Amino acid sequence: MSCALLLLLMSWALAMRTGAAVEIQRPRGVPLSSEQFYEENKPFTCLDGFSTISFDRVNDDYCDCRDGSDEPGTAACPNGSFHCTNAGFRPAFIPSSRINDGICDCCDTTDEYNSGATCQNTCREMGRKERESLQIMAEITKEGFMLKQQLIHEAKRGQEDKQGKLTELQGSKKDLEEKVEALRTVKETAEDPEKEAKERHLKAWGEQKELIRMEKDKTRMAEAFLELDDDADGYVSVAELQSHLELDPDSDGSLTETETQVRCLPSQENNFYHTSKLQGCSPFGEIRRFESKIGDLHDSCRSNEKVWAGGLWMTTGCMNLEKEIGFDFGPSAEFAYLYSQCYELSTSEYIYRLCPFNRVSQKPKFGGSETNLGLWGQWAGPEDSLYSVMKYDHGQGCWQGPNRSTTVKLTCGKETVVTSTSEPSRCEYLMEFTTPAVCQEPASLDEVLQGHTEL
Amino acid sequence: MMGPLLVLWLAVCLSGTWAVDRGNFKTCDQSAFCKRQRALKPGQSPYRALLETLELTNTKLTLQLINDNNKVRLLLELYRLQGNMTRVKINELKPLKPRFEVPDVLINDPPTEPLSLLSQDENGVVLSLGADSQRLIVSAKPFRLDIMEGREVLLSLNSRGLLAFEHLRIRKDTKVDPEGTENKEENEAANEPAEGEEKAKEDEKVEDGMWEETFKSHTDSKPNGPSSISLDFSLPGVENVYGIPEHADSLKLKTTDGGDPYRLFNLDVFQYEVFNPMALYGAIPVMLSHSAQRTMGIFWLNAAETWVDISSNTAGKTVFGQMLDYVQGSSETPQTDVRWISESGIIDVFIMLGPTPTDVFSQYASLTGTQAFPPLSALAYHQCRWNYNDQEDVAAVDQGFDDHDIPYDFIWLDIEHTDGKRYFTWDPHKFPQPKDMLQGLLDKRRKMVTIVDPHIKVDSSYKIHNEIRSKGFYVKSKDGGDYEGWCWPGNSGYPDFTNPEMRAWWASMFAYDQYEGSMENMYTWNDMNEPSVFNGPEVTMHKDALHGNWENRDLHNLYGFYVQRATAEGLIERSGGVERPFVLARAFFAGSQRYGAVWTGDNAAEWDHLKISIPMCLSLGLVGVSFCGADVGGFFKSPSTELLVRWYQTGAYQPFFRAHAHLDTPRREPWLFGPENTALIREAVRQRYALLPYWYQLFYHAHHSGQPVMRPLWVEYPQDTATFSMDDQFLLGRDLLVHPVTEEGARGLTAYLPGKGEVWFDVHTFQKHNGAQNLYIPVTISSIPVFQRGGSIIPRKARVRRSSSCMEHDPYTLFVALSPKRFAQGELYIDDGHTFNFDKHKQFIHRRLFFANNALSSRNLAPGSQFTTFSWIEKIVILGASKPSKATLKTPDGKESLLEFDFDASMSVLTLRKPGVNAGVDWTVVLQ
Repeated sequence: MSCALLLLLMSWALAMRTGAAVEIQRPRGVPLSSEQFYEENKPFTCLDGFSTISFDRVNDDYCDCRDGSDEPGTAACPNGSFHCTNAGFRPAFIPSSRINDGICDCCDTTDEYNSGATCQNTCREMGRKERESLQIMAEITKEGFMLKQQLIHEAKRGQEDKQGKLTELQGSKKDLEEKVEALRTVKETAEDPEKEAKERHLKAWGEQKELIRMEKDKTRMAEAFLELDDDADGYVSVAELQSHLELDPDSDGSLTETETQVRCLPSQENNFYHTSKLQGCSPFGEIRRFESKIGDLHDSCRSNEKVWAGGLWMTTGCMNLEKEIGFDFGPSAEFAYLYSQCYELSTSEYIYRLCPFNRVSQKPKFGGSETNLGLWGQWAGPEDSLYSVMKYDHGQGCWQGPNRSTTVKLTCGKETVVTSTSEPSRCEYLMEFTTPAVCQEPASLDEVLQGHTEL
Repeated sequence: MMGPLLVLWLAVCLSGTWAVDRGNFKTCDQSAFCKRQRALKPGQSPYRALLETLELTNTKLTLQLINDNNKVRLLLELYRLQGNMTRVKINELKPLKPRFEVPDVLINDPPTEPLSLLSQDENGVVLSLGADSQRLIVSAKPFRLDIMEGREVLLSLNSRGLLAFEHLRIRKDTKVDPEGTENKEENEAANEPAEGEEKAKEDEKVEDGMWEETFKSHTDSKPNGPSSISLDFSLPGVENVYGIPEHADSLKLKTTDGGDPYRLFNLDVFQYEVFNPMALYGAIPVMLSHSAQRTMGIFWLNAAETWVDISSNTAGKTVFGQMLDYVQGSSETPQTDVRWISESGIIDVFIMLGPTPTDVFSQYASLTGTQAFPPLSALAYHQCRWNYNDQEDVAAVDQGFDDHDIPYDFIWLDIEHTDGKRYFTWDPHKFPQPKDMLQGLLDKRRKMVTIVDPHIKVDSSYKIHNEIRSKGFYVKSKDGGDYEGWCWPGNSGYPDFTNPEMRAWWASMFAYDQYEGSMENMYTWNDMNEPSVFNGPEVTMHKDALHGNWENRDLHNLYGFYVQRATAEGLIERSGGVERPFVLARAFFAGSQRYGAVWTGDNAAEWDHLKISIPMCLSLGLVGVSFCGADVGGFFKSPSTELLVRWYQTGAYQPFFRAHAHLDTPRREPWLFGPENTALIREAVRQRYALLPYWYQLFYHAHHSGQPVMRPLWVEYPQDTATFSMDDQFLLGRDLLVHPVTEEGARGLTAYLPGKGEVWFDVHTFQKHNGAQNLYIPVTISSIPVFQRGGSIIPRKARVRRSSSCMEHDPYTLFVALSPKRFAQGELYIDDGHTFNFDKHKQFIHRRLFFANNALSSRNLAPGSQFTTFSWIEKIVILGASKPSKATLKTPDGKESLLEFDFDASMSVLTLRKPGVNAGVDWTVVLQ
């Protein structure tokens, strides 16, 4: 209080606006922390130590110090800064150029002492509002943080479950693979040995080519998987495949269930783990390459539909589980609950849909097809809060522009909701998303409030 | 989101590659009249002056010309105009119907001076042009005009015999009347004077394209048939010609032999290329010729499609050249020949005889007026983008400038701010509270520009459309219905801005109660005013569209001029005539300078486009339009960070300083490229703001006397031939020389500092350099090479704030750069920065600052004026000074006070501390 009073006293003698320089004899604009450097009636040494001037040159509206420290209360120095005490709110530094520019910057009005601007002291009101909102935020943070603990707990359990399931699936799968192998042997022995020799030759040549192409196709395949995965549940169902007529091998305009199965099976020759890395079956690259080979097996496949169907389910099942376990769900897997979920926001024109760790899309409200605004890329927050921003990229391409991409900003909230979307730049979307998973352990409310006021 | 319509248009109608689709625009060969005219080669003119018809009055000489081939007569009018100009007008003596004469471009009927007849014989007449023994010689057979000074020919007309005037005629429709001769008698009767009985046949040839012309899928009906005109000008002793904007080409015009002529036809050219003579958005048919001896100008007042051929005698001697050799006894005199070809109208040409560049600028200004004096804030920095998406976006960008401490004055809204491209409206979702937004800007003493294009959505629920339709204000198609074409809103009508009633109505739409959501800090941008018609021939209006009785053909290049005029008048009216308007337009014509600013249209984020911004704005400045700029950063494509920084540095020293970007490009507000680049851009913008007092003073002069703000070096050093083709550096006024870095990865550049015996001071380091030298300057990414001329005084405001309005009352720092003779002078101009009170009520301060005999003084240059400023003199920096023993300030009240000072001996810089005297009073500082 005494400091505010002092400042008040110091600023009583304001020069009126005149055609001549404004003379201010007191160190206006000096923060408490630097007060000791401005000792009245003693020579003033610029804070950078570069030069020393008589004290009447401090705040005399002419810049003498290189670092601007002789004019803390006027706009004379291009690199100076002005300190507002803002009693009742937060103290602040503003650039000197905002002193007497006719615009109220300090809530205590001290920056406009000679401009004719009529400023109201709004510090108390602002302080009250800020305390209120801080209080609300603190409550949210508190509750959010509790929810987060729960999420962490659940995630831990879920993770264990899934690992177990995966092991189990991998076991069953191995059984199935053995069965398939047995069937194949039956089939192969029934076939002409000459043909077999020819095939082997073709295969060796083919594989070499595929190896190169496979790398290139990887990204595309991932996209294709997600494209096929219409309901974004992480699984490609037969029904989903059937909706994609471009996959119809016999071009009869419909995809039979059998056809979809054939297309989605990893080939026997192909290493299972390799395909699983591809995160799904691709209609465009991978699958087509095995088409002819699998075609040879078509008959035996057909006779063993049930085995194959089981294989399909299990393969994709394995793949998805592996994929899920492989995600970075945060330091304590607190974001795991978002996996396989989707959150929507309706605007006047579009419905936006965020499926965390999967994709972002946009669909016109009144008809029209969905647009892919980006596929899960990575966590993209700044170093100290990596998990505050998600980046989705490689969305649908823009005309003469980049592929669409979306940045998702996460803020602490009790609910998990998409709160806003925008397109700050063409095809670069921004989404605001609240979730308890980013809530930090709350400091005590008193601490928070104390940190923001200086009375 | 990009409107689906736009996607459609861009994808379907326009090229998808990064280059102009030349096929969309005509070459001379594809423009029937240009092809016809260009097929005529230099030779004996068929025109003969009928000296017996000569009439000489106080104001003019008239004389009939006859074409000996077809006996059609023309009427020649010659005027001697005040200020050393000659006007030559040629029309048909008895045209079938009136031919278009350009209205509204000349600010008045140019005052004349009497011509006196010096001698006359059967070969011609000699008239006195008054000053400097200048004579105008009219030769009868063949007809030609020569303007001479002493024994020197300054300029000749029709000396190459290319005067060609296609008279109006009645169509002999071969389809209807295969004989084709029946109507002949009456046709000719209409055209010919009584004695012209004999008919020549050449004229009767009907060539393709005379009565109908098809380009791509568009057919031009040409109901009036052929009507083109052409005239040649020879300029002995001239090797350099300039002007005739707008072209993305070098400052010094090139010869057009073997290529297309320079074309003047206002067009919306998608992704234009640099260094070619293709037409662009605006047209100013004014050419300047320059030699070490003399500067002259040719103003071809015609608003139809125009082509300009330029050749020089290095390619081969003309008839006139041979004559000249005889007269001057030399075969080495350089000569430039120019030929103007226009599709319709009359020949109305103003020959501005100079002799100095300054004289030519004054002469042209006396005809078409001077640069509008913009509000001071319009000279500051403008932040634009297609588009700032909504109110929140605007607020965030505004805050971004404050957060990064970068000043700006104007934020702009492109077409997406409207409700479905209905101009004068707001998108109800994105901009629900425009006044709140504008008030928010006003609270920070900033401003906004919204776009208002001249195409109006045809939509019966749109008030603007309904009113224009019901008042019959739309341009009509050849069939008489409202002309409609496609533009941003889809199907659109085009108001007939040539109609004064339409313009008055349009202006009234800017009233605060008409343009809902507008406020006094909102100004206007007229884009697409060529006009752009996406589905029209060459992306513009059909030539047979009708503006009242006239075809678009006759006045095409005037449309954009009228749009900007009506808009500027609207902004003036809404303030009751108090406030100066600010209107930016893309299309323009001679005289457009009176209404606002122009920019170089849709350029691209390429180094060549940065480079070409200099000659493009220099060319415009030479012909009256000083308020010129290019989109900083480039409109199409995305600039590299280096290019963006260099463009800010260049734009900060060009008159109109606005960043702009295409909808499809990533955001590029100055702080998006890391702290280092933000700092570089901040510094460039701050340099602009500090220099605003000088910019404002230059614009005051441009407004007052027509002198360009941004000048080629030769304007100030007319005898220095080294400067004649320089267009990578320029002068601001006469005292600042700027050579921006426009090369990628530059480590250094060579600037030419002109003036033998002069000195120049680097404005950043105060290093002194001698004139008349090529100076190598090492550069870094922060370098903007700028030099102040020794002998000049430049006022700055060192306290850069967040907008120019915030700096209004701030003190001045005077930079006094001494000449080798220890002399310097400059000016200080101050007014309220935004009203017409400087003009109406003489409320301004205009002072002369001069340094001589070791004393610096401020004296009133405008004793009749009156204005009070709060600004004072903060600091005086004297470059090239020696150390005084003391410095005394003397004020009018007789008081004397000692000033403290600091002297930097290494740079010879004397800094006087805080004179503190008001900027509006007399004072003297004496150094001892």
